[in-house]
Amino acid sequence: MDRIAAETLTAFILNGSDVQAAPRLGERLSETLRERLGARDVKVGCNAGDCGACTVLVDGAPVCACLTPAQAVAGRRVETLAGLVAADADAARLARSFERHQAAQCGICTPGMMVSAVALLRTVPEPSEAQVADAVGGVLCRCTGYRKILEAVRTAHEDAGPAPEAGLGVAAPRLDGRAKVAGTERFGDDVAPAGALVARAVRAPHHRARFAFGDLDGWRAAHPGVACVLTAADVPGPNAYGTIPGFEDQPVFAEGETRFKGEAVACVVGTAEAVAALDLGHFPVTWEPLTPLLALDDALAEGAGDLHAGRAGNVMCGGRVACGDADAALAAAAEVAEIEIATSFVEHAYIEPEAGYAEMVEDRLHLHTCTQAPGMFRDGLARLLALPADRVRVVPTAVGGGFGSKLDLTLQPMVALGAMRTGKPVRMCYERTESMATTTKRHPARIAVRVGAAADGRLSGMTFRGDFNTGAYASWGPTVANRVPIHASGPYACRDYRAESRAIHTHSAPSGAFRGFGVPQSAIAQEAAFDMLAARLGIDALDFRIRNALRDGMPTVCGQVFDSGVGIVACLEALRPAWTKALRDCASFDPAGGPLRRGVGVAAGWYGCGNTSLPNPSTIRAGLTARGRVVLHQGAVDIGQGSNTVIPVIFAEALGVPVADIDILGADTDLTPDAGKTSASRQTFVSGNAARAAGAALRAAILRTANAGPDAEITLGDGHVHVRDGTRIEALDLARLDPDPAGYVLAAEETWDPPIAPLDADGQGIPYAQFGYAAHLAEVEVDVALGTVRPLRIVAAHDVGRAINPLLVEGQVEGGVAQGLGMALMEEFVPGRTENLHDYLIPTAGDVPPVETLVLEVPDPVGPFGAKGLGEHALIPTAPAILNAIRHATGVTVTQVPATPARLRAALKEAGHA
Amino acid sequence: MPYLAPTRLDEALDALTEGAAIIAGGTDWYPAQGTRPFAGTLLDVTRIEGMRGIARAADDKGWRIGAATTWTDVARADMLPPACDGLRAAARAVGGIQIQNAATVAGNLCNASPAADGVPPLLALDAEVELTGPRGARRLPLAEFVTGVRRTARAPDELVTALVLPDPPEGAHGSFVKLGARAYLVISIVMVAAVVSVTAGRVRGARIAVGAASPVAVRLPALEAALEDCALGEVDAVVAAHAPFPALTPVDDIRASAAYRHEAAAEAVRRALAAATRGDA
Repeated sequence: MDRIAAETLTAFILNGSDVQAAPRLGERLSETLRERLGARDVKVGCNAGDCGACTVLVDGAPVCACLTPAQAVAGRRVETLAGLVAADADAARLARSFERHQAAQCGICTPGMMVSAVALLRTVPEPSEAQVADAVGGVLCRCTGYRKILEAVRTAHEDAGPAPEAGLGVAAPRLDGRAKVAGTERFGDDVAPAGALVARAVRAPHHRARFAFGDLDGWRAAHPGVACVLTAADVPGPNAYGTIPGFEDQPVFAEGETRFKGEAVACVVGTAEAVAALDLGHFPVTWEPLTPLLALDDALAEGAGDLHAGRAGNVMCGGRVACGDADAALAAAAEVAEIEIATSFVEHAYIEPEAGYAEMVEDRLHLHTCTQAPGMFRDGLARLLALPADRVRVVPTAVGGGFGSKLDLTLQPMVALGAMRTGKPVRMCYERTESMATTTKRHPARIAVRVGAAADGRLSGMTFRGDFNTGAYASWGPTVANRVPIHASGPYACRDYRAESRAIHTHSAPSGAFRGFGVPQSAIAQEAAFDMLAARLGIDALDFRIRNALRDGMPTVCGQVFDSGVGIVACLEALRPAWTKALRDCASFDPAGGPLRRGVGVAAGWYGCGNTSLPNPSTIRAGLTARGRVVLHQGAVDIGQGSNTVIPVIFAEALGVPVADIDILGADTDLTPDAGKTSASRQTFVSGNAARAAGAALRAAILRTANAGPDAEITLGDGHVHVRDGTRIEALDLARLDPDPAGYVLAAEETWDPPIAPLDADGQGIPYAQFGYAAHLAEVEVDVALGTVRPLRIVAAHDVGRAINPLLVEGQVEGGVAQGLGMALMEEFVPGRTENLHDYLIPTAGDVPPVETLVLEVPDPVGPFGAKGLGEHALIPTAPAILNAIRHATGVTVTQVPATPARLRAALKEAGHA
Repeated sequence: MPYLAPTRLDEALDALTEGAAIIAGGTDWYPAQGTRPFAGTLLDVTRIEGMRGIARAADDKGWRIGAATTWTDVARADMLPPACDGLRAAARAVGGIQIQNAATVAGNLCNASPAADGVPPLLALDAEVELTGPRGARRLPLAEFVTGVRRTARAPDELVTALVLPDPPEGAHGSFVKLGARAYLVISIVMVAAVVSVTAGRVRGARIAVGAASPVAVRLPALEAALEDCALGEVDAVVAAHAPFPALTPVDDIRASAAYRHEAAAEAVRRALAAATRGDA
């Protein structure tokens, strides 16, 4: 009998080498590979077989390492991404194809995707798209929308020659792409030093409860290896954090009462072995469940009781934009359309859970973590820890998807407190359920829209009321409340307008930032109302939108006027060929007596890049070393969207050297100046402008030193710089220049802040220095008997001003489309119920139809090289376009998303479908 | 706290009598265990001789599927007759490929989820479960083996050692219809398996099972009887006349309402029968 005791070694072949390890009984292979054998290229996304990120090959077959007992691979052959790419020809070709197609964005799912694909390519070298989808269907991706992954695998055998070099407007691979496809990228849970202590939170099992601790010291003493138990009493600064000044209301550890299910009340820090052996069911805390306010109506009910003192009626804040006389215009309108819709909590569902570690280095706290906002994390932690900000260093790891939620502190205060208390490195990685239960969500919204139009189709008044469930704490709720009324008109000219929003507290996980800050919800209502209005007036839905679209020189609902760069008409016009064809195709589609119906829908969107009427600066620094290298201090965190590529490309273009000549540093709050947060589609626009200014400044310094004119060519050499001005070539001997303390003989640091102006009580002013514009077309097939929807294709027209890297543009669009599709059809977070990736559904490789991206370049007067931001824009029009297509196919207006099969079928029946 | 991976059945049975917990593919064991520490003995049954593979039964009456046969093995088992096409289609719907490569047929049954994709097609094939314990082997019809949500008739000292599929009627075709809210990795809202023969344009021996619409997947005997000798053109009408199926007791949950499940089950039955009578999986 093959008795393999827990204490004995498990021997197997890892990537061609004999290895042995001593896993605990029942230890997951993923843990053994990562923690005992250093194979950190194996990523853990869910520990439940729901995401496939941990896919490895066992005897050639892809399996989830998180569901494989380590002991079960005794004597078997295990292959992981890093080993495959290093030694397997199929994998090496695939890696090149992934890079060329930008099939990796954040890169966290890439190991699972590529390992699964290698298994396919070994038996089917030239697979069909369907075969590829089947092969990677067990791996979730939240960034790419899958299309580039399918294409990269399908065409891997072609192994086309070298990819183009990065440069302005070039569809080149990402500059940081190699590590992502080679398995060497390091994410939040990949960087902790060996032997780091582990933190685990104790969390509320009820939506709302009073609680009391028992004998914490006794419990700790009874658990050898547990170094400390942290509670609210251990937070040196105010036990309250947040993202908006004046709204810091979320405790690191609740005090006395918890306000949402999963809220932390304590944190245990101990050795990895000790923490793994803990059963927190026996932690000394008693709970007294209290009646929670979960729905908007509960929270708004008379006498409901307030979650937070000073926020009467649970109304945290509101927003308002008004111009003209909306009521009078609606009364005068030839037709008025009205709609009320409701949306659900939407989970970010990045495949990398929150993770990181903290350690004390002399008297400073160093935090290594996945974050979208290193500067905010530094300042927020300093406040909680009662440290000066310069004693906190935040070093972002690679970020395995963010989409807004990694703007907020999560585990970072806990590991920081643990490191300060114990003096040892402390690490933490959220379990998937912990991540889903406790981190921020998209706000569920209840929205009522009335829109009127004159007989000629011109808008005649619009009103908008939106209540947003902001959950237990503020997070970015104030941003949603003030951003929505500005955007709720859509990119249309509406002179008589009133939009009001409120953020309402409930006993749910906090709602925060999620790609669009409330605008995707409002677009669902507004774009549906536009379709209904167009239909009543007998005007083509696309024509109706074009007729009302904003143009240069027209005031927005905030009274802001752009003299140039308003690209929505270009986007809508770009859809016309596809629209005409799709209308024809749908009309001629023959259901042949069956349940299938086809429809096409169109919707538009806009999004103001950067903070709303608030300062929003980015700073970029660069220097020239005596050895002739240019170093770019790039602090704009890349969460997969591409700032590690975009910022250097812009900088290099402004400096006038090839991107390959630039060494890139950061992000790191000690090394890179603050480039602000990666959110609100601001990095290309704001940090890009700072990078362009820094490149131009360094160029000017070099040219000045070389006494050359502004059009001179700069060539970097070894220890010198050649400056060619017409026929004159000046060789700058860099050794003769004095280096500054940072070691640079010439340096530049530039800050750029978008020109905005405050809004008045009616929201009139200059909220953003730039908007980006988009219009999507969706063609769908509805099965009216089952209520299922199959999107057939998406055409996405985006005005990006200038495509710095067209592949990155497509990547943002395809990924946004997938998230919009998910929001429309399947994504619904129910607190306490869908805290995993099998009950909470996001689109898989088989759910995203072909996406045709139409890149339009209407130059922005202030964007770098005319570029506009593109992050949220990609998601906003997708859901309304799909819902409008469902209406076109079936006559049914969806008023609650997601349009699950059961919901849609019920609506279809109500509308008379058999 | 040992991890046991015996190659002989008697050794495995010995371990079971000592209270070992069974693990095979691990795909249900780990999600159920979560982060809780495990203390005890784990019995890995995947290396027991004869536990994996598909072959003719020893008496040559039907097919024997080893308990530790993976769903990938089933999906690739092209030696199986067309009546098993629904089973093979279901095999391709159990999670993703990663799950299908590890998860076992017996594990799917023993986990006893109402939404187990393997159960309806096996019910429609009249599968029997072979259990082996200290007192020897016994066989139970699958319908008697799964007794409730997360409950089976397996005694603590017994191991599921195989499934046995009796030979289907000559010419029978199987089909499987799974309804979920996305393409891959989806827990069924409802699913239907059918095995049907068609003779001279008439239905013979229809066997229909519905999953995810009751605590345990069930056959629809009343409908099966009503379909006997029914002309193909009348099948839909017969199904409609029997819907909603009284054998189903669906619940409202996050995936769908009970009312929807009733309706969708009827529609899925129509489609499964259409596919099986056409000879499509």
